[in-house]
Amino acid sequence: MAMEFKCVIQDELGIHARPAGMLAKEAKALGDTVVSVTKGDKTVKASQLMKLMGLGVKKGDEVTVTVEGGDEAAALDAMKAFFKNNFAAEV
Amino acid sequence: MVLIQGKGVSKGVVRGPLYFFQRPNYDIPKTKVADLDAEKARVVEAREKSSAQLYVLADKCREEAGEESAVLFETHAMFCDDDDYVEAIETMLNDESCNAEYAVKEAGEQFAAMFAAMDDAYMRARSADVKDVTQRILNNLMGIAEGGIDSEEPVILCADDLAPSETLQLDKSKILGFALTAGSSNGHTAILARTMGIPAICGLGAELKETLQGRMAYLDGETGKVVLDPDNLTIQTFKDKMEKQKKFKELMAEMKGKEDVTLDGRHINVYCNIGNPDDVTAVKNNDGQGIGLFRSEFLYLAETDYPSEEKQFQAYKKVAAAMDGKRVIIRTLDIGADKQVEYFHLKKEENPAMGVRAIRICLNNPDVFRTQLRALYRASAYGKVAIMFPMITSVWEVKECKRACEKVMAELKAEGIPFNEETEIGIMIETPASIFVAPELAEEVDFFSVGTNDLTQYTLACDRQANDLGKFFDAHHPAVLRALKMAADAAHEKGKWIGICGELGADLSLLETFLAIGIDELSVSPSAVLPLRDAIRKSIAKTCTLDALKC
Repeated sequence: MAMEFKCVIQDELGIHARPAGMLAKEAKALGDTVVSVTKGDKTVKASQLMKLMGLGVKKGDEVTVTVEGGDEAAALDAMKAFFKNNFAAEV
Repeated sequence: MVLIQGKGVSKGVVRGPLYFFQRPNYDIPKTKVADLDAEKARVVEAREKSSAQLYVLADKCREEAGEESAVLFETHAMFCDDDDYVEAIETMLNDESCNAEYAVKEAGEQFAAMFAAMDDAYMRARSADVKDVTQRILNNLMGIAEGGIDSEEPVILCADDLAPSETLQLDKSKILGFALTAGSSNGHTAILARTMGIPAICGLGAELKETLQGRMAYLDGETGKVVLDPDNLTIQTFKDKMEKQKKFKELMAEMKGKEDVTLDGRHINVYCNIGNPDDVTAVKNNDGQGIGLFRSEFLYLAETDYPSEEKQFQAYKKVAAAMDGKRVIIRTLDIGADKQVEYFHLKKEENPAMGVRAIRICLNNPDVFRTQLRALYRASAYGKVAIMFPMITSVWEVKECKRACEKVMAELKAEGIPFNEETEIGIMIETPASIFVAPELAEEVDFFSVGTNDLTQYTLACDRQANDLGKFFDAHHPAVLRALKMAADAAHEKGKWIGICGELGADLSLLETFLAIGIDELSVSPSAVLPLRDAIRKSIAKTCTLDALKC
């Protein structure tokens, strides 16, 4: 059963190169858990750096972050913290 | 005269020959190959080599251009290993049975096109990142060295745009300036040019063509002009500007490392005002002797909820450690008035400059205050931190602040967390009330720092946000300067020191007055440090007069 949370990105530049790289790295480090990011009708895996940037998430956009497999609760917490710290997201 | 107009993105005037950047030839033919596995192995090898090179570049960048650009190269390195990118290359190889070079080029173009089509300027600029990474992998596949400058004398480097890695790998001693036909002020070349202090213009367009190779030109990175065959008047304008710039540079180079001392031996501490930890680079580049005002608001303004103790601690620690034992005065939050933050839920006030702001918020919300003080004291173990409270009007406020500090210190001690018990405590002098009770305030604290903007606003009853006050808003008003002197006398009477951290501190026309008053420290923006030092070193403190205090 996948778990998810919604948040609004507050960072001035949205999910841009630098934090996107950090997010991809963080998502890969979660091992068994697959993290995906959805904006509107597009969903990409958080580990897919270029596609992630290709979502074009800007300040004020709402995204849904989904974690599936592995220790989902822990992954969810880690992702919440990451979005809060790096995208100034309202989780 | 030929004038090519672009957008100036990094200041400075230079004269030199135009030189068009030579890139290796990227005309890549598509060939059929039999051994696909061998091609795949070549791609893997080239990708690995590229990512290794990029990590080396990132390290180099950390030293030359700072953290921001370094992380960019790390992101590039991750591009090399990006699942989709790798998959696109492999799909191309499988579908077309083609050579590795062609597959890499095609995959790179696909992704670059994706970014180029986005409706956001920042994201469009990322298309250059993909191209840069792709070129690097191609270079490694074909065994081609990076493009360079094949010229003995320094040149004005012309290109469509330079990839970040190209800019960084160029021999800086050969580059007088950058003239780009494309590019943007947000582009990496512009950012790197500014960091390295090399004049640059972007968006010069098709007029800057390769047939101009070798022609002498003037480049003005401020006005965005490239000029060939200038007329006499234009030559003179450029020459004057270059002369001024040269003198300024010489002066600055001469001032670096010098003491902030007057001809008759009076020492002044010249510190810097900063707004976030990244500004420390500018402080160091300009040889600031400490930080006289580190505004902590950035931590609160950027957030949607109160910043955690840990987050604050990391920011303060970073600055304290980076300043290497030099004094770092951190001001507790100065929210309210013109700086509003939603989650503070401040009531709408008719007159916020006189409302619940700064220290008043802290004293009304002990938990918010405690979190910040804990972070500050924890950071005090990593450098010479001093804590400063803004908007003080009464002695009881300072006593309450000090009690809060003592409580926090007792907590940290009980928890076994290191901190400096001798951490200096100071207050901002920015209200007339604080001037009138300055003698008593001086007994309570280690130092005063005058916020001249607010002191002027409150002393003259002139709203600093109002634009139409004109001649009535006068920071040189004798009342403001007399207030300064009263505060200084009160501080010195008690053996304490006094500084100025408002905009007035950098006002060289008042330096004489400050010296006569006996100001001990001036905290200014980093770029104002060296001009101020120059002025201090030409002054004689004992002949300075208080004439400006007369009406």
